[in-house]
Amino acid sequence: MNEEILFCKGGGCTAKLGAGALSSVLSKLPKNYDPNLLVGYDSSDDGAVYKITEDLAIVQTLDFFPPMVEDPYIFGQIAAANALSDVYAMGGEVKTALNIVCFPEQMDLNILGKILQGGNEKVIEAGGVLVGGHSISDNDVKYGLSVTGTVDPKKVLKNNACKPGDHLILTKPLGVGIIATAQRVGECSREAMDEAIKSMTTLNKYAAEIIRKYRVNACTDITGFGFLGHLREMLGNGFGADIDSIKIPHIHEALHYAKKFLYTSAGQKNRNHFGDNVIFKGIPFAMEEILFDPQTSGGLLISIDPDDAGPALKELRELGLPCGIVGRVTTEISEIIVN
Amino acid sequence: MKRELNEMGKACPIPVIETKNMLASMHDGDILTVLVDNYIAVQNITKMAAQLKLDIESRKINDKEYSVDITVKKNAVATDDIEDVLCLPDSIRKNTVIMLGSDKFGEGDDDLGRILMKGYIYALTELEKLPQTVIMYNSGARLSSKASESVGDLKILESQGVEILTCGTCIDYLGLDKDPEVGTVTNMYVIAEKISEATKLIRP
Repeated sequence: MNEEILFCKGGGCTAKLGAGALSSVLSKLPKNYDPNLLVGYDSSDDGAVYKITEDLAIVQTLDFFPPMVEDPYIFGQIAAANALSDVYAMGGEVKTALNIVCFPEQMDLNILGKILQGGNEKVIEAGGVLVGGHSISDNDVKYGLSVTGTVDPKKVLKNNACKPGDHLILTKPLGVGIIATAQRVGECSREAMDEAIKSMTTLNKYAAEIIRKYRVNACTDITGFGFLGHLREMLGNGFGADIDSIKIPHIHEALHYAKKFLYTSAGQKNRNHFGDNVIFKGIPFAMEEILFDPQTSGGLLISIDPDDAGPALKELRELGLPCGIVGRVTTEISEIIVN
Repeated sequence: MKRELNEMGKACPIPVIETKNMLASMHDGDILTVLVDNYIAVQNITKMAAQLKLDIESRKINDKEYSVDITVKKNAVATDDIEDVLCLPDSIRKNTVIMLGSDKFGEGDDDLGRILMKGYIYALTELEKLPQTVIMYNSGARLSSKASESVGDLKILESQGVEILTCGTCIDYLGLDKDPEVGTVTNMYVIAEKISEATKLIRP
Protein backbone atom coordinates (compact mmCIF):
# COMPACT_ATOMS: atom_id res chain seq x y z
CA MET A 1 0.00 0.00 0.00
CA ASN A 2 2.85 2.37 0.85
CA GLU A 3 4.31 1.75 -2.53
CA GLU A 4 1.01 2.72 -4.15
CA ILE A 5 0.86 6.00 -2.32
CA LEU A 6 4.39 6.74 -3.43
CA PHE A 7 3.37 5.73 -6.95
CA CYS A 8 0.63 8.26 -7.33
CA LYS A 9 0.87 11.79 -5.99
CA GLY A 10 -0.62 14.58 -8.02
CA GLY A 11 0.12 13.39 -11.50
CA GLY A 12 -1.17 13.71 -15.01
CA CYS A 13 -1.42 17.10 -16.55
CA THR A 14 -1.90 18.71 -13.15
CA ALA A 15 1.87 18.25 -12.87
CA LYS A 16 2.51 20.59 -15.78
CA LEU A 17 4.47 23.79 -15.26
CA GLY A 18 2.24 26.84 -15.18
CA ALA A 19 1.69 28.57 -18.50
CA GLY A 20 3.06 31.86 -17.17
CA ALA A 21 6.33 30.32 -16.01
CA LEU A 22 6.75 28.50 -19.28
CA SER A 23 6.16 31.33 -21.71
CA SER A 24 8.54 33.67 -19.87
CA VAL A 25 11.32 31.16 -20.47
CA LEU A 26 10.41 30.21 -24.03
CA SER A 27 10.12 33.81 -25.18
CA LYS A 28 13.80 34.39 -24.30
CA LEU A 29 15.09 31.65 -26.57
CA PRO A 30 16.32 32.76 -30.00
CA LYS A 31 14.31 31.30 -32.86
CA ASN A 32 15.83 29.65 -35.86
CA TYR A 33 13.80 30.29 -38.99
CA ASP A 34 13.17 27.33 -41.26
CA PRO A 35 10.54 27.61 -44.00
CA ASN A 36 9.79 23.90 -43.74
CA LEU A 37 8.71 24.19 -40.12
CA LEU A 38 4.95 24.50 -40.62
CA VAL A 39 3.93 24.40 -36.94
CA GLY A 40 6.33 25.20 -34.12
CA TYR A 41 6.19 26.42 -30.58
CA ASP A 42 5.68 30.08 -31.56
CA SER A 43 1.99 29.26 -32.05
CA SER A 44 1.89 27.58 -28.63
CA ASP A 45 1.36 24.15 -30.16
CA ASP A 46 2.59 21.14 -28.20
CA GLY A 47 4.20 19.60 -31.23
CA ALA A 48 5.85 20.44 -34.49
CA VAL A 49 5.06 19.77 -38.13
CA TYR A 50 8.01 19.75 -40.51
CA LYS A 51 7.58 19.54 -44.27
CA ILE A 52 9.74 16.94 -46.05
CA THR A 53 8.18 17.04 -49.51
CA GLU A 54 5.18 18.80 -51.01
CA ASP A 55 2.82 16.07 -49.85
CA LEU A 56 4.59 14.73 -46.78
CA ALA A 57 5.37 16.28 -43.43
CA ILE A 58 6.39 14.72 -40.14
CA VAL A 59 4.58 15.45 -36.89
CA GLN A 60 6.72 15.32 -33.77
CA THR A 61 5.52 15.50 -30.20
CA LEU A 62 6.26 14.22 -26.73
CA ASP A 63 4.49 14.14 -23.40
CA PHE A 64 5.17 12.48 -20.08
CA PHE A 65 4.03 12.90 -16.50
CA PRO A 66 3.69 11.28 -13.07
CA PRO A 67 0.83 8.82 -12.39
CA MET A 68 -2.65 10.16 -11.68
CA VAL A 69 -4.23 6.75 -11.07
CA GLU A 70 -3.20 3.90 -8.77
CA ASP A 71 -3.21 1.17 -11.40
CA PRO A 72 0.11 1.15 -13.34
CA TYR A 73 -1.38 -0.55 -16.40
CA ILE A 74 -4.13 2.06 -16.70
CA PHE A 75 -1.57 4.81 -16.05
CA GLY A 76 0.46 3.49 -19.00
CA GLN A 77 -2.61 3.57 -21.22
CA ILE A 78 -3.52 7.10 -20.19
CA ALA A 79 0.01 8.49 -20.56
CA ALA A 80 0.29 6.96 -24.02
CA ALA A 81 -3.17 8.11 -25.15
CA ASN A 82 -2.24 11.59 -23.95
CA ALA A 83 1.09 11.65 -25.81
CA LEU A 84 -0.38 10.24 -29.02
CA SER A 85 -3.16 12.82 -28.93
CA ASP A 86 -1.04 15.70 -30.23
CA VAL A 87 -0.56 13.90 -33.55
CA TYR A 88 -4.32 13.58 -33.95
CA ALA A 89 -4.91 17.19 -32.96
CA MET A 90 -2.74 18.20 -35.91
CA GLY A 91 -4.53 15.94 -38.35
CA GLY A 92 -1.75 13.35 -38.61
CA GLU A 93 -1.30 9.61 -38.34
CA VAL A 94 0.88 7.89 -35.75
CA LYS A 95 3.91 6.01 -37.10
CA THR A 96 6.53 5.41 -34.39
CA ALA A 97 6.83 5.97 -30.66
CA LEU A 98 9.63 5.85 -28.08
CA ASN A 99 9.12 5.29 -24.36
CA ILE A 100 10.18 7.97 -21.88
CA VAL A 101 10.60 6.45 -18.43
CA CYS A 102 11.64 7.68 -14.99
CA PHE A 103 11.54 4.92 -12.40
CA PRO A 104 12.96 4.44 -8.89
CA GLU A 105 15.56 1.67 -8.85
CA GLN A 106 14.23 0.12 -5.63
CA MET A 107 10.63 -0.12 -6.85
CA ASP A 108 9.07 -3.38 -8.04
CA LEU A 109 9.91 -3.83 -11.73
CA ASN A 110 6.56 -5.51 -12.32
CA ILE A 111 5.00 -2.09 -11.89
CA LEU A 112 7.18 -0.74 -14.70
CA GLY A 113 6.23 -3.76 -16.79
CA LYS A 114 2.54 -2.97 -16.36
CA ILE A 115 3.04 0.69 -17.28
CA LEU A 116 4.90 -0.22 -20.46
CA GLN A 117 2.34 -2.88 -21.34
CA GLY A 118 -0.49 -0.35 -21.08
CA GLY A 119 1.46 2.17 -23.16
CA ASN A 120 2.37 -0.37 -25.81
CA GLU A 121 -1.25 -1.43 -26.24
CA LYS A 122 -2.28 2.13 -26.99
CA VAL A 123 0.55 2.57 -29.53
CA ILE A 124 -0.61 -0.60 -31.30
CA GLU A 125 -4.24 0.59 -31.20
CA ALA A 126 -3.03 3.85 -32.77
CA GLY A 127 -1.55 1.85 -35.64
CA GLY A 128 2.01 2.76 -34.70
CA VAL A 129 5.09 0.82 -33.61
CA LEU A 130 6.97 1.18 -30.37
CA VAL A 131 10.63 1.28 -31.38
CA GLY A 132 12.57 1.81 -28.17
CA GLY A 133 12.96 4.41 -25.49
CA HIS A 134 15.03 5.90 -22.74
CA SER A 135 14.80 5.18 -19.02
CA ILE A 136 16.49 6.86 -16.10
CA SER A 137 16.47 6.16 -12.40
CA ASP A 138 14.56 8.84 -10.55
CA ASN A 139 12.84 9.35 -7.20
CA ASP A 140 9.38 9.37 -8.75
CA VAL A 141 7.66 7.48 -11.52
CA LYS A 142 7.10 9.34 -14.76
CA TYR A 143 6.10 7.91 -18.09
CA GLY A 144 5.18 9.04 -21.56
CA LEU A 145 6.04 8.81 -25.21
CA SER A 146 7.91 10.64 -27.89
CA VAL A 147 5.78 10.20 -30.98
CA THR A 148 6.41 10.68 -34.69
CA GLY A 149 3.60 10.78 -37.20
CA THR A 150 2.99 11.89 -40.74
CA VAL A 151 0.56 14.33 -42.31
CA ASP A 152 -0.14 15.87 -45.68
CA PRO A 153 1.24 19.43 -45.33
CA LYS A 154 -1.87 20.81 -47.03
CA LYS A 155 -4.12 19.14 -44.46
CA VAL A 156 -2.37 20.13 -41.25
CA LEU A 157 -4.86 21.24 -38.60
CA LYS A 158 -3.60 24.38 -36.90
CA ASN A 159 -4.56 25.09 -33.33
CA ASN A 160 -5.22 28.79 -33.93
CA ALA A 161 -6.82 29.18 -37.38
CA CYS A 162 -10.44 29.48 -36.28
CA LYS A 163 -12.88 31.75 -38.15
CA PRO A 164 -15.60 33.96 -36.71
CA GLY A 165 -18.94 32.17 -36.72
CA ASP A 166 -17.29 28.75 -36.36
CA HIS A 167 -18.92 26.41 -33.89
CA LEU A 168 -16.79 24.86 -31.17
CA ILE A 169 -17.05 21.14 -30.50
CA LEU A 170 -15.52 19.37 -27.51
CA THR A 171 -15.17 15.60 -27.89
CA LYS A 172 -14.58 14.41 -24.31
CA PRO A 173 -16.03 15.36 -20.91
CA LEU A 174 -14.15 17.84 -18.71
CA GLY A 175 -13.40 17.32 -15.03
CA VAL A 176 -10.91 14.42 -15.05
CA GLY A 177 -8.36 16.52 -13.12
CA ILE A 178 -10.83 17.18 -10.33
CA ILE A 179 -11.93 13.52 -10.34
CA ALA A 180 -8.32 12.32 -10.01
CA THR A 181 -7.77 14.81 -7.17
CA ALA A 182 -10.89 13.57 -5.38
CA GLN A 183 -9.67 10.01 -5.85
CA ARG A 184 -6.31 10.90 -4.34
CA VAL A 185 -7.92 12.11 -1.13
CA GLY A 186 -10.40 9.22 -1.02
CA GLU A 187 -13.51 11.22 -1.90
CA CYS A 188 -14.21 9.87 -5.38
CA SER A 189 -17.00 7.46 -6.27
CA ARG A 190 -16.14 4.32 -8.22
CA GLU A 191 -18.51 5.36 -11.03
CA ALA A 192 -16.95 8.80 -11.46
CA MET A 193 -13.44 7.34 -11.54
CA ASP A 194 -14.49 4.72 -14.10
CA GLU A 195 -15.97 7.44 -16.26
CA ALA A 196 -12.75 9.45 -16.03
CA ILE A 197 -10.61 6.41 -16.87
CA LYS A 198 -12.78 5.53 -19.85
CA SER A 199 -12.36 9.06 -21.16
CA MET A 200 -8.61 9.31 -20.49
CA THR A 201 -7.77 5.94 -22.06
CA THR A 202 -9.79 6.67 -25.22
CA LEU A 203 -7.59 7.63 -28.17
CA ASN A 204 -8.47 10.87 -29.95
CA LYS A 205 -7.83 8.87 -33.12
CA TYR A 206 -11.50 8.06 -33.60
CA ALA A 207 -12.71 11.64 -33.21
CA ALA A 208 -9.93 12.81 -35.54
CA GLU A 209 -11.01 10.33 -38.21
CA ILE A 210 -14.54 11.71 -38.09
CA ILE A 211 -13.70 15.39 -38.25
CA ARG A 212 -11.42 14.85 -41.25
CA LYS A 213 -14.58 14.63 -43.34
CA TYR A 214 -15.75 18.10 -42.37
CA ARG A 215 -14.66 21.72 -42.78
CA VAL A 216 -12.52 22.08 -39.66
CA ASN A 217 -10.62 25.35 -39.39
CA ALA A 218 -8.71 24.74 -36.16
CA CYS A 219 -8.17 21.89 -33.74
CA THR A 220 -6.32 21.35 -30.49
CA ASP A 221 -6.42 18.85 -27.67
CA ILE A 222 -7.41 19.86 -24.17
CA THR A 223 -4.64 19.05 -21.71
CA GLY A 224 -2.89 20.85 -18.88
CA PHE A 225 -4.11 24.38 -19.54
CA GLY A 226 -7.73 23.31 -19.27
CA PHE A 227 -10.62 24.14 -21.57
CA LEU A 228 -10.32 27.91 -21.21
CA GLY A 229 -6.53 27.89 -21.58
CA HIS A 230 -6.56 25.91 -24.79
CA LEU A 231 -9.55 27.87 -26.09
CA ARG A 232 -7.64 31.08 -25.43
CA GLU A 233 -4.71 29.76 -27.46
CA MET A 234 -7.06 28.79 -30.25
CA LEU A 235 -8.63 32.24 -30.40
CA GLY A 236 -5.27 34.00 -30.41
CA ASN A 237 -5.40 37.79 -30.39
CA GLY A 238 -7.96 38.02 -33.13
CA PHE A 239 -11.16 36.45 -31.88
CA GLY A 240 -13.39 35.83 -28.90
CA ALA A 241 -15.90 33.13 -28.04
CA ASP A 242 -19.38 32.68 -26.62
CA ILE A 243 -19.53 29.53 -24.51
CA ASP A 244 -22.72 27.88 -23.29
CA SER A 245 -21.80 26.16 -20.03
CA ILE A 246 -24.90 23.97 -20.01
CA LYS A 247 -23.61 22.25 -23.14
CA ILE A 248 -20.13 21.61 -21.74
CA PRO A 249 -19.69 17.83 -21.54
CA HIS A 250 -18.39 17.03 -18.08
CA ILE A 251 -18.22 14.25 -15.56
CA HIS A 252 -21.13 15.22 -13.40
CA GLU A 253 -19.57 14.34 -10.02
CA ALA A 254 -16.72 16.74 -10.78
CA LEU A 255 -19.14 19.60 -10.10
CA HIS A 256 -19.78 18.25 -6.61
CA TYR A 257 -16.12 17.63 -5.89
CA ALA A 258 -15.24 21.15 -7.03
CA LYS A 259 -17.89 22.43 -4.67
CA LYS A 260 -16.14 20.53 -1.88
CA PHE A 261 -12.95 22.38 -2.83
CA LEU A 262 -11.16 19.38 -4.28
CA TYR A 263 -9.23 21.47 -6.76
CA THR A 264 -5.56 21.57 -7.57
CA SER A 265 -2.96 24.27 -7.74
CA ALA A 266 -2.69 23.71 -11.50
CA GLY A 267 -6.32 24.75 -11.92
CA GLN A 268 -5.67 27.97 -10.03
CA LYS A 269 -2.55 28.60 -12.12
CA ASN A 270 -4.72 28.30 -15.21
CA ARG A 271 -7.20 30.77 -13.71
CA ASN A 272 -4.37 33.21 -13.00
CA HIS A 273 -2.93 32.92 -16.46
CA PHE A 274 -6.02 32.59 -18.63
CA GLY A 275 -8.73 34.16 -16.47
CA ASP A 276 -8.40 37.71 -17.80
CA ASN A 277 -11.07 38.63 -20.32
CA VAL A 278 -13.15 35.60 -19.38
CA ILE A 279 -16.59 36.84 -18.38
CA PHE A 280 -18.67 34.41 -16.34
CA LYS A 281 -22.31 35.37 -16.52
CA GLY A 282 -23.72 33.94 -13.33
CA ILE A 283 -22.53 30.36 -13.77
CA PRO A 284 -21.85 28.31 -10.63
CA PHE A 285 -18.38 28.50 -9.10
CA ALA A 286 -17.97 24.73 -9.54
CA MET A 287 -18.50 25.06 -13.30
CA GLU A 288 -15.82 27.77 -13.43
CA GLU A 289 -13.43 25.33 -11.77
CA ILE A 290 -14.28 22.66 -14.34
CA LEU A 291 -13.54 25.06 -17.18
CA PHE A 292 -10.08 25.77 -15.70
CA ASP A 293 -9.44 22.14 -14.67
CA PRO A 294 -6.25 20.68 -16.19
CA GLN A 295 -7.15 17.66 -18.29
CA THR A 296 -5.06 14.56 -18.74
CA SER A 297 -5.61 12.99 -22.14
CA GLY A 298 -8.50 15.38 -22.76
CA GLY A 299 -10.63 15.58 -25.87
CA LEU A 300 -10.25 17.55 -29.06
CA LEU A 301 -11.53 21.11 -29.23
CA ILE A 302 -12.61 21.71 -32.81
CA SER A 303 -13.44 24.98 -34.53
CA ILE A 304 -15.75 23.90 -37.33
CA ASP A 305 -17.87 25.48 -40.05
CA PRO A 306 -21.32 26.08 -38.49
CA ASP A 307 -23.12 24.06 -41.19
CA ASP A 308 -20.94 21.03 -40.46
CA ALA A 309 -21.17 21.17 -36.67
CA GLY A 310 -24.46 19.29 -36.34
CA PRO A 311 -23.62 16.34 -38.61
CA ALA A 312 -20.10 16.06 -37.10
CA LEU A 313 -21.48 16.01 -33.57
CA LYS A 314 -23.97 13.32 -34.50
CA GLU A 315 -21.12 11.08 -35.64
CA LEU A 316 -18.95 11.94 -32.63
CA ARG A 317 -21.78 10.99 -30.27
CA GLU A 318 -21.68 7.46 -31.64
CA LEU A 319 -18.17 7.07 -30.20
CA GLY A 320 -19.85 6.84 -26.80
CA LEU A 321 -18.24 9.68 -24.86
CA PRO A 322 -20.08 12.81 -23.73
CA CYS A 323 -19.40 15.55 -26.27
CA GLY A 324 -21.13 18.69 -27.46
CA ILE A 325 -21.25 21.91 -29.42
CA VAL A 326 -20.14 24.19 -26.62
CA GLY A 327 -20.10 27.62 -28.22
CA ARG A 328 -19.02 29.69 -31.19
CA VAL A 329 -16.20 31.95 -32.29
CA THR A 330 -16.95 35.68 -32.25
CA THR A 331 -15.18 38.82 -33.41
CA GLU A 332 -15.08 40.22 -29.87
CA ILE A 333 -11.31 40.42 -29.63
CA SER A 334 -9.94 38.11 -26.92
CA GLU A 335 -13.19 38.12 -24.97
CA ILE A 336 -14.55 34.78 -23.80
CA ILE A 337 -18.10 35.00 -22.50
CA VAL A 338 -19.42 32.01 -20.58
CA ASN A 339 -23.17 31.83 -20.11
CA MET B 1 -9.69 31.24 20.39
CA LYS B 2 -6.85 31.19 17.91
CA ARG B 3 -5.59 28.12 16.17
CA GLU B 4 -2.82 27.49 13.73
CA LEU B 5 -2.46 25.01 10.92
CA ASN B 6 0.89 24.36 9.32
CA GLU B 7 0.39 23.32 5.70
CA MET B 8 3.93 24.03 4.56
CA GLY B 9 5.18 21.46 2.06
CA LYS B 10 1.71 20.10 1.29
CA ALA B 11 0.26 20.15 -2.22
CA CYS B 12 -3.26 21.31 -3.09
CA PRO B 13 -5.94 20.22 -2.44
CA ILE B 14 -4.57 19.02 0.93
CA PRO B 15 -4.14 22.51 2.49
CA VAL B 16 -7.66 23.43 1.38
CA ILE B 17 -9.23 20.24 2.73
CA GLU B 18 -7.37 20.33 6.05
CA THR B 19 -8.32 23.98 6.47
CA LYS B 20 -11.96 23.16 5.77
CA ASN B 21 -11.89 20.29 8.28
CA MET B 22 -10.25 22.41 10.95
CA LEU B 23 -12.79 25.20 10.45
CA ALA B 24 -15.60 22.72 11.01
CA SER B 25 -14.36 22.00 14.54
CA MET B 26 -13.99 25.68 15.51
CA HIS B 27 -16.37 28.18 17.07
CA ASP B 28 -17.89 31.54 16.28
CA GLY B 29 -15.30 34.31 16.32
CA ASP B 30 -12.32 31.94 16.39
CA ILE B 31 -9.45 32.78 14.11
CA LEU B 32 -7.60 30.14 12.17
CA THR B 33 -4.14 30.95 10.88
CA VAL B 34 -2.91 28.73 8.06
CA LEU B 35 0.69 28.68 6.93
CA VAL B 36 1.40 27.64 3.35
CA ASP B 37 4.50 27.75 1.17
CA ASN B 38 3.11 29.07 -2.10
CA TYR B 39 0.79 31.80 -3.31
CA ILE B 40 -1.42 29.43 -5.33
CA ALA B 41 -2.40 27.69 -2.09
CA VAL B 42 -3.32 31.11 -0.64
CA GLN B 43 -5.55 31.70 -3.66
CA ASN B 44 -7.16 28.27 -3.36
CA ILE B 45 -7.91 28.76 0.35
CA THR B 46 -9.25 32.24 -0.44
CA LYS B 47 -11.59 30.77 -3.07
CA MET B 48 -12.94 28.34 -0.48
CA ALA B 49 -13.43 31.09 2.11
CA ALA B 50 -15.31 33.15 -0.46
CA GLN B 51 -17.66 30.25 -1.13
CA LEU B 52 -18.22 29.84 2.61
CA LYS B 53 -18.68 33.61 2.95
CA LEU B 54 -15.93 33.84 5.58
CA ASP B 55 -13.64 36.81 6.17
CA ILE B 56 -10.10 36.12 5.14
CA GLU B 57 -6.82 38.01 5.21
CA SER B 58 -3.50 36.85 3.89
CA ARG B 59 0.02 38.15 3.91
CA LYS B 60 3.34 37.18 2.44
CA ILE B 61 6.06 36.50 4.98
CA ASN B 62 8.64 35.64 2.36
CA ASP B 63 8.78 33.87 -1.01
CA LYS B 64 8.33 30.49 0.64
CA GLU B 65 5.95 31.37 3.44
CA TYR B 66 2.46 32.84 3.44
CA SER B 67 0.05 33.28 6.30
CA VAL B 68 -3.73 33.20 5.93
CA ASP B 69 -6.14 34.30 8.69
CA ILE B 70 -9.74 33.10 8.53
CA THR B 71 -12.39 34.30 10.95
CA VAL B 72 -14.97 31.66 11.81
CA LYS B 73 -18.65 32.51 11.60
CA LYS B 74 -20.64 29.98 13.50
CA ASN B 75 -23.54 29.58 11.10
CA ALA B 76 -21.24 29.11 8.21
CA VAL B 77 -19.15 26.24 9.58
CA ALA B 78 -21.48 24.45 11.97
CA THR B 79 -20.95 21.29 9.99
CA ASP B 80 -18.23 20.03 7.75
CA ASP B 81 -20.74 19.17 5.08
CA ILE B 82 -20.21 22.18 2.88
CA GLU B 83 -23.28 21.58 0.78
CA ASP B 84 -25.38 21.90 3.91
CA VAL B 85 -23.53 25.01 4.86
CA LEU B 86 -24.14 26.74 1.58
CA CYS B 87 -27.89 26.35 1.89
CA LEU B 88 -29.16 26.48 5.42
CA PRO B 89 -32.58 24.95 6.06
CA ASP B 90 -34.17 28.38 6.51
CA SER B 91 -33.52 29.05 2.85
CA ILE B 92 -36.40 26.76 1.86
CA ARG B 93 -39.24 28.66 0.26
CA LYS B 94 -42.42 27.43 1.90
CA ASN B 95 -45.09 25.91 -0.29
CA THR B 96 -43.12 26.29 -3.48
CA VAL B 97 -43.58 23.14 -5.52
CA ILE B 98 -41.67 22.22 -8.65
CA MET B 99 -43.46 19.84 -11.01
CA LEU B 100 -41.22 17.86 -13.36
CA GLY B 101 -43.58 16.15 -15.80
CA SER B 102 -40.88 15.17 -18.26
CA ASP B 103 -37.25 14.08 -18.24
CA LYS B 104 -36.70 16.79 -20.84
CA PHE B 105 -36.64 20.54 -20.32
CA GLY B 106 -38.75 22.18 -22.98
CA GLU B 107 -39.85 20.87 -26.35
CA GLY B 108 -37.76 20.31 -29.43
CA ASP B 109 -34.59 18.29 -29.64
CA ASP B 110 -34.75 15.36 -27.16
CA ASP B 111 -31.02 15.22 -26.45
CA LEU B 112 -30.91 18.96 -25.82
CA GLY B 113 -33.98 18.65 -23.59
CA ARG B 114 -32.23 16.02 -21.45
CA ILE B 115 -29.05 18.10 -21.18
CA LEU B 116 -31.09 21.11 -20.16
CA MET B 117 -33.03 19.14 -17.53
CA LYS B 118 -29.79 17.87 -16.01
CA GLY B 119 -28.57 21.46 -15.95
CA TYR B 120 -31.83 22.69 -14.43
CA ILE B 121 -31.76 20.20 -11.55
CA TYR B 122 -28.12 21.04 -10.86
CA ALA B 123 -28.99 24.75 -10.96
CA LEU B 124 -31.71 24.10 -8.36
CA THR B 125 -28.99 22.98 -5.93
CA GLU B 126 -27.31 26.35 -6.43
CA LEU B 127 -30.43 28.41 -5.65
CA GLU B 128 -30.36 30.68 -2.61
CA LYS B 129 -33.97 29.76 -1.86
CA LEU B 130 -34.87 26.14 -2.40
CA PRO B 131 -38.33 24.82 -3.21
CA GLN B 132 -40.16 22.87 -0.54
CA THR B 133 -41.09 19.99 -2.81
CA VAL B 134 -40.07 18.52 -6.15
CA ILE B 135 -42.61 16.17 -7.74
CA MET B 136 -41.62 13.95 -10.64
CA TYR B 137 -44.28 12.33 -12.79
CA ASN B 138 -44.86 10.90 -16.25
CA SER B 139 -41.44 10.59 -17.96
CA GLY B 140 -40.12 12.93 -15.25
CA ALA B 141 -40.19 9.85 -13.01
CA ARG B 142 -37.05 8.69 -14.78
CA LEU B 143 -35.12 11.56 -13.17
CA SER B 144 -35.02 9.85 -9.76
CA SER B 145 -34.30 6.38 -11.16
CA LYS B 146 -31.00 4.54 -11.12
CA ALA B 147 -29.97 5.47 -14.66
CA SER B 148 -30.54 9.19 -14.14
CA GLU B 149 -27.59 11.55 -14.09
CA SER B 150 -29.54 13.85 -11.76
CA VAL B 151 -29.66 11.47 -8.78
CA GLY B 152 -26.66 13.15 -7.13
CA ASP B 153 -28.22 16.60 -7.43
CA LEU B 154 -31.60 15.40 -6.17
CA LYS B 155 -29.83 13.82 -3.18
CA ILE B 156 -28.22 17.16 -2.41
CA LEU B 157 -31.62 18.86 -2.53
CA GLU B 158 -33.02 16.17 -0.25
CA SER B 159 -30.15 16.58 2.21
CA GLN B 160 -31.05 20.26 2.42
CA GLY B 161 -34.62 19.49 3.35
CA VAL B 162 -36.32 19.52 -0.03
CA GLU B 163 -39.03 16.89 -0.30
CA ILE B 164 -38.39 14.67 -3.34
CA LEU B 165 -41.46 12.76 -4.57
CA THR B 166 -41.86 10.41 -7.51
CA CYS B 167 -45.21 9.24 -8.87
CA GLY B 168 -45.65 5.53 -8.15
CA THR B 169 -48.05 4.88 -11.02
CA CYS B 170 -45.46 6.31 -13.37
CA ILE B 171 -42.71 4.11 -11.93
CA ASP B 172 -44.87 1.02 -12.57
CA TYR B 173 -45.93 2.14 -16.02
CA LEU B 174 -42.38 2.88 -17.14
CA GLY B 175 -41.04 -0.33 -15.59
CA LEU B 176 -38.54 1.50 -13.39
CA ASP B 177 -37.07 0.09 -10.15
CA LYS B 178 -39.78 0.07 -7.49
CA ASP B 179 -37.72 2.21 -5.13
CA PRO B 180 -36.33 5.39 -6.66
CA GLU B 181 -32.65 6.14 -5.97
CA VAL B 182 -33.64 9.29 -4.13
CA GLY B 183 -36.72 10.53 -2.31
CA THR B 184 -39.95 8.63 -1.81
CA VAL B 185 -42.76 7.20 -3.91
CA THR B 186 -46.04 9.02 -3.78
CA ASN B 187 -49.59 8.73 -5.16
CA MET B 188 -52.05 11.01 -6.89
CA TYR B 189 -53.82 11.94 -3.62
CA VAL B 190 -50.64 13.38 -2.18
CA ILE B 191 -49.74 15.04 -5.45
CA ALA B 192 -53.20 16.65 -5.63
CA GLU B 193 -52.84 17.88 -2.05
CA LYS B 194 -49.36 19.30 -2.62
CA ILE B 195 -50.52 21.12 -5.72
CA SER B 196 -53.56 22.66 -4.08
CA GLU B 197 -51.61 23.73 -1.00
CA ALA B 198 -48.82 25.29 -3.03
CA THR B 199 -48.62 29.05 -3.04
CA LYS B 200 -46.23 28.87 -5.96
CA LEU B 201 -46.28 26.11 -8.51
CA ILE B 202 -43.40 25.89 -10.97
CA ARG B 203 -43.62 23.82 -14.13
CA PRO B 204 -40.45 24.50 -16.08
